[in-house]
Amino acid sequence: MSSTTLQAAPPSAAPAPRATRAITSARLLPWLLLAPSLAVLAVITGYPLVRMLWLSVHEYERAQLLGVPAEFVGLDNYVATLTDSRFWTVTFRSFAFMVVCVVLTITVGTLVALLLMKLGRVMRLVLSVGLLLAWAMPPLAAMLVWGWMFDSQYGVVNHLLTRLTSTSWTGHLWLIDPLSFFAVAALVIVWGAVPFVAFTLYAGFTQVPGEVLEAAQLDGASARQRFFGVQVPYVRSIYVVLIVLSMIWDLKVFTQIFVLQGIGGIKSETSTLGVYIYEMGMAQGHYGAASAIAVIFTIIMLAISAYYVRATVKEEQL
Amino acid sequence: MSLAPAGAAPSSRAVAAPVRPAAPPAARRRSGRRRAASFGWGVLAALVAALFAFPVYWMVNSSLLPTNLISGPDLHLWPDQLTLRNYETAMFRQVRSPFVPALGNSLQVTFLVLVASMVLAFLAALAVTRFRFRGRRAFVLSILVVQMIPGEAMMISVFQMVDAAQLLNTVVALGVVYLAGVLPFTIWTLRGFVNGVPVELEEAAMIDGCSRPRAFWKVTFPLLAPGLVATGVFAFLQAWNEFMMALIIMTRPESMTLPVWLRTFQQATKATDWGALMAGSVLVAVPVVIFFLIVQGRMTGGLVSGAVKG
Repeated sequence: MSSTTLQAAPPSAAPAPRATRAITSARLLPWLLLAPSLAVLAVITGYPLVRMLWLSVHEYERAQLLGVPAEFVGLDNYVATLTDSRFWTVTFRSFAFMVVCVVLTITVGTLVALLLMKLGRVMRLVLSVGLLLAWAMPPLAAMLVWGWMFDSQYGVVNHLLTRLTSTSWTGHLWLIDPLSFFAVAALVIVWGAVPFVAFTLYAGFTQVPGEVLEAAQLDGASARQRFFGVQVPYVRSIYVVLIVLSMIWDLKVFTQIFVLQGIGGIKSETSTLGVYIYEMGMAQGHYGAASAIAVIFTIIMLAISAYYVRATVKEEQL
Repeated sequence: MSLAPAGAAPSSRAVAAPVRPAAPPAARRRSGRRRAASFGWGVLAALVAALFAFPVYWMVNSSLLPTNLISGPDLHLWPDQLTLRNYETAMFRQVRSPFVPALGNSLQVTFLVLVASMVLAFLAALAVTRFRFRGRRAFVLSILVVQMIPGEAMMISVFQMVDAAQLLNTVVALGVVYLAGVLPFTIWTLRGFVNGVPVELEEAAMIDGCSRPRAFWKVTFPLLAPGLVATGVFAFLQAWNEFMMALIIMTRPESMTLPVWLRTFQQATKATDWGALMAGSVLVAVPVVIFFLIVQGRMTGGLVSGAVKG
């Protein structure tokens, strides 16, 4: 065996250059394919990330934007942020809002998915179209419509409440009180998020083998036991993904809060983290301080998604 | 950079398996009680559907009613006095921020992002699935992590960068910012779809005399249609709906995109013309609704396929 290999070796000297060229081109090709994407991501995501870190350790206000050199201040912006009670209020508010939205979205989404399972073809189509319409609404347009529905003077909600309760709701301002402001915001966000969750869970539920459910039923399991004991474990990984994604989306909510504030909320009492960064940075020009908040915000988001990223990497065997 | 709620989540495995409909009820003979229950579920479904669709209906209804009726003491549950006046106001009477340029900007940005993201993501997905090279794992991991960085955190540095490049109020700048936002998701998703196309198909084509690029183009690319639809939908929604980055990058009236244009209806100084605002909202929402109705059913497949543990 070894002798044949040895004998075969010498003639291979001739085609060697071509082989090397083939190998180098095979090495270069994937990078050529990646190059356009890498360039875009490096410039539009990579650089701003570095810039965000740089801004967060410099004194950077409107004056610096006009050319005054920025002074390095170390961790001062972070210390200022973490000792500012407003930051903690906004953070706590964002988290509380996120938890309420996620719990409501997943619960209602599950109920709607189970309802879809119960329906015949016609009614399932009807419900799907209703959900699809809500899902398709652009967030900004949706927010404006809901703002109009909750309008104090001519909004349909106050109209209907006046009719139903026989006390006058005309002129009731839904957005002035922070609690009812967030109730409206949560309603809009849950309304917009449920269709995706419901469709996804429904698709998952339909893949649970019917024999398993029947067997559980024959063994005397109640509908509730079948749901928690059979259906939920089958779609566990879908639940994990949906919960993590909902947490991320609801924590960084910007458009809905920003627009609702424009319609009639009190900014200082209703800002969430994303809106707070906009207020501090874009509106008031404290770019350095706002960047420190942005860095903290990014770390929070990455921490939340770490579990999801790890699970994905493991499952995909990258 | 940011994930829009509308897109499907990163797919966990390859080509979306067609979702099986629920098995038909085993028993054909239904008792009266059963029929009553199924009727009850039907009523509930109609109610839930109406609740979810109501805001959309209300938007259309308000947009078709004359202003004096909308802002009147009575509730008009359907457009009993039909008028297109609000649409005329929204499209041609907004002197300070006209509709037509905003539509043009939105179309340009969306087209740019749609085409560029699909081409770039296709090339990158080929690279990470069909080649084994040093740095591949790091790249795939980093696009997974980059997706989780909130655009809300990046807005200041992105704004400053675009400002420094003197590209504020340009379609190209906004388009490239969106492109960077959607690329991680589109590459990730297409990667799953390319993985689902057996490499043997390409090899067979190459044995038959195809060059490698030709094999990609003639064999793999057509099989990726569902994946390209999924990523295309995501890119379209992101570019058409996005508000925050457009708000800070497109500040001049003539360079606004539709979402920013829509917000100019609300001025602190005067009462909101809700009829015109609803007409504007309809104009922004209609293309998306049509798009959704066309591609419905393909939106969630990616998340579900392979996710159910047997």
